[in-house]
Amino acid sequence: MIGVDVPYWAQSLLRVLGGTVAVLLPAGTIVYLFLFKMMSFMQSRLGPMEAGPYGSMQLFAEVGKWLQKEDIQPQKADKQIFKLAPLIVLVSTFLLVAVVPFGPDAYFTNFDAGVFYMLAVSSISTLGILIAGWSSANKYSLLGGLRAAGQLIAYELPMVLAVLGVVIQAETMNMQGIVERQNAGEIFGWNGLGNPYILTQFIGFVIFMIAVQAELTQTPFDMPIAESELVSGYMTEYSGFRFLIFFIAEFATAGVFALIASVLFLGGWGVPFSWFGWHTIDDVDDWMNIGGPLIMLTKMLVLTFLIMWIRFSYPRFREDQLQRFAWKVLIPLALLNIMVTAILKVMF
Amino acid sequence: MTDLADRQKLSYIAAQAADARLNVELETEGMTLNIGPQHPATHGTLRIIVRLDGEQVVWAEPSAGYMHRGYEKLTEVRTFPQVTTLINRIDWLGSFANEVPFILAAEKLMDIEAPPRAQWIRTILFELSRIANVGLFLGDLGVQLGAITPVFFAFRDREYVLNLIEAATGGRFHPNFDRIGGLKDDLPAGWITETKQVMKKLRMFCDEMDDLLFGNEIFQSRLRGIGVIPADVAKQYGLSGANLRASGVDWDLRRDQTLPMAWDKVDWKVWTHPDGDCFARCWVRLQETREATKIVDQLLDTLPSGPVMAKVPRIIKVPEGEAWVSTENPLGEMGYYVVSKGDLGPFRVKIRSASFNNISIVPWVLRGVYVPDVISILASLYFILGDIDR
Amino acid sequence: MVVPLSDTGSTETETLALPGDGLREGIVQRLRDALGAGVVDSLVKPGEDVWIRVTAEAWRAAGMALRDIIGCEYFCFLSVIDWMPSPYGRGEDDPTQPPPERDPTIRQGYAGGETRMQIFARVTNVKEHFGVTIKADIPDDHPVVDSWISVYAGANWHEREAHEMFGIGFAGHNDLRNMYLPMEFEGHPMRKDFPLLARIVKPWPGIVDVEQLPGGDDDEEEEATT
Repeated sequence: MIGVDVPYWAQSLLRVLGGTVAVLLPAGTIVYLFLFKMMSFMQSRLGPMEAGPYGSMQLFAEVGKWLQKEDIQPQKADKQIFKLAPLIVLVSTFLLVAVVPFGPDAYFTNFDAGVFYMLAVSSISTLGILIAGWSSANKYSLLGGLRAAGQLIAYELPMVLAVLGVVIQAETMNMQGIVERQNAGEIFGWNGLGNPYILTQFIGFVIFMIAVQAELTQTPFDMPIAESELVSGYMTEYSGFRFLIFFIAEFATAGVFALIASVLFLGGWGVPFSWFGWHTIDDVDDWMNIGGPLIMLTKMLVLTFLIMWIRFSYPRFREDQLQRFAWKVLIPLALLNIMVTAILKVMF
Repeated sequence: MTDLADRQKLSYIAAQAADARLNVELETEGMTLNIGPQHPATHGTLRIIVRLDGEQVVWAEPSAGYMHRGYEKLTEVRTFPQVTTLINRIDWLGSFANEVPFILAAEKLMDIEAPPRAQWIRTILFELSRIANVGLFLGDLGVQLGAITPVFFAFRDREYVLNLIEAATGGRFHPNFDRIGGLKDDLPAGWITETKQVMKKLRMFCDEMDDLLFGNEIFQSRLRGIGVIPADVAKQYGLSGANLRASGVDWDLRRDQTLPMAWDKVDWKVWTHPDGDCFARCWVRLQETREATKIVDQLLDTLPSGPVMAKVPRIIKVPEGEAWVSTENPLGEMGYYVVSKGDLGPFRVKIRSASFNNISIVPWVLRGVYVPDVISILASLYFILGDIDR
Repeated sequence: MVVPLSDTGSTETETLALPGDGLREGIVQRLRDALGAGVVDSLVKPGEDVWIRVTAEAWRAAGMALRDIIGCEYFCFLSVIDWMPSPYGRGEDDPTQPPPERDPTIRQGYAGGETRMQIFARVTNVKEHFGVTIKADIPDDHPVVDSWISVYAGANWHEREAHEMFGIGFAGHNDLRNMYLPMEFEGHPMRKDFPLLARIVKPWPGIVDVEQLPGGDDDEEEEATT
């Protein structure tokens, strides 16, 4: 991986640490930057200012607060499943980040079915949410869990179909390969910008972002949480450390989905290869292993900004309107996108 | 033995499958859910018991009374000036408006009229309390539906109005400023120019809310066609205020009855909407807020000079009689039926509060709607708990 | 069938400038025509308001007449007045002294009355812009009147509250649960003989707390606060 020959156990340790950082750093940044500060500024207030300079330590304060809270479990709740549910949701985030490339050699795993694996693993969190709602022995949680089941399953399909367009265009399901194809590609013979798939797969990008918004149960698709009706939906009965896991999982998943979107549509960790005279991924210099994660962070922040911005600007859909939107609007559009991509791919 | 059990099980399964093919209604139990009394969506401690079939409401029943303070009994042991401290707290968001009908009823019995300047200022403060109340409603509407941003704008702009009320009366929420025969004090210097600037800001706020909320497609699809209340049902239940006008009934107590207040001295419009659904109710309230800012502007321009208090005896004894006065409060029609026996205090006061009637229609209107629509309907009907429970 | 009472029928304020207020006396006359002997008494304040008293048996018929013939489709409220003077006065009795003598005679208000409790309601005609206050005596020995729930659907909650607060029964209302108070509550709080406990515990003006002001001009101060 690096120039030095590192024994396998050290590599694994580095991978684990890297994975933890890759999950928690986006979560923390997103929470502070967007949830606390950007949302507050857009709502004409300041946000947290007390903890640390400009409230930067607020996140640590919140983490500390949740960690020291009492671990309350409802008496009638199914204890083991109740405890298991948040972990399942968080585990799916870690599994997702395992397949995201951060540089030419900075990746956790690199296998040929990367996209397929990513789409499959992203639905594990649905299971976690469902069993959280069911095992809480609370009617509100149950309502939230059932709504989540319908919504998350419905919006898996547009996500898959949107990504299919990218796969057709890139001719590979390998995430690293998709990055290479975008950065080494050219638009009608001009390779100044590479070939970021956001330009050709614009519809796919929009559908993917909408599906991601729904997968994260963010407004306008936050019926499962629906703060003003269900208090907190499936998360109502969780307190302390378990709620912290849900909280981290929510924002970490947002970050990881943004990373995936930037890999699939924005060219991932790279800049157009033509800027540095590279042609294939083996040409890329080693300093890109440091620059790559930074570039990924920037692209992730841009996309998460979009997600968060829409989150607190829109009211929420009702459950049947949500489903109607997925099945009658998004899926036909996505299918159309695939058809057009396939036709154009064969023609050009 | 095993054979028989297997066969029984098989036949049971076969029967279920046959039922499913025939689409026979299975006996399902509804789920009874308590919305409230602690709930983010109810403006206070209202408890609504709903029986759900899936996500549809089969039967709903509000259970009020968590905030019952016994106002009608309390008024019987108070003197007339002391009652205003009580009734301020019925509708605590637009609280100056609560005092006015009672004071007018007492003045009617005493045959006193407040001087013109007092009438003007009373009307101005009344409309300001309407703006404060409905400003919060607009912000709250967003929160009920999931848009968490407009509420901050609403609170920010409402601060201007509350500062005005505080400058004039000394209290942001419970002014206790109205007296039998006039007002406690005159307006402070510079209040009029300040109010005019605030009215400009509030018109901008109304336009902002129009853009943010009412122009939003999700908002419209959540509110249009939900909770339709036809005009005759509305009249039977005694819905009032914007709820009634949104069902197409052209009835506004400011215009349609003569009171010693200044509404007939200025030029303004009554807004109605033919639909009677949630969107209509919210829309009418927004237009009324804008209209209220215009009323305040006109009143400020024509404010007469003079005393603010008529000649009333130091110790007020209201002669024997009965009087009913109701006004168009921010929440609806609020009225007081004052029975006096010539004493220092009232003999019986019946407080007719708007939200009591507005919420009595909930069992009728909530049949067959979805759970999210329950929240939308409650948000659009707009009640304050103190108003329901008194 | 609503018969318009004024020929303009407009949305402007209506006050007919006839002597004696032809509008409201016309209402009383129409109701008398419809109910006959049911209308017992009435009081018209010209240009302001009208009070009509009917018998308890004619209570529901009066409601229907108001809704259908007079056109008062808007139901404002319904409640009860207890005309007995409170034996506790205004809660200012000194608990150390025996209670003072109070005049227990029951005097009713506008449009007269013969019983201790009267039920009264207010309905409005939103097209012609007037309202009617209608009262009825509730028999003392058997405090039950007909329910208005079939006339105005909104009377449901108002009757529940009246039942809970005054103990009036409503024939035809099948769900007279308590509105505000818990199910186990005993007594009817708004009746005058139901004491207001706060004032029994601490009579106004709080005899226990008030200290003598330095200087000794307390009498003036006390008069100023009432």
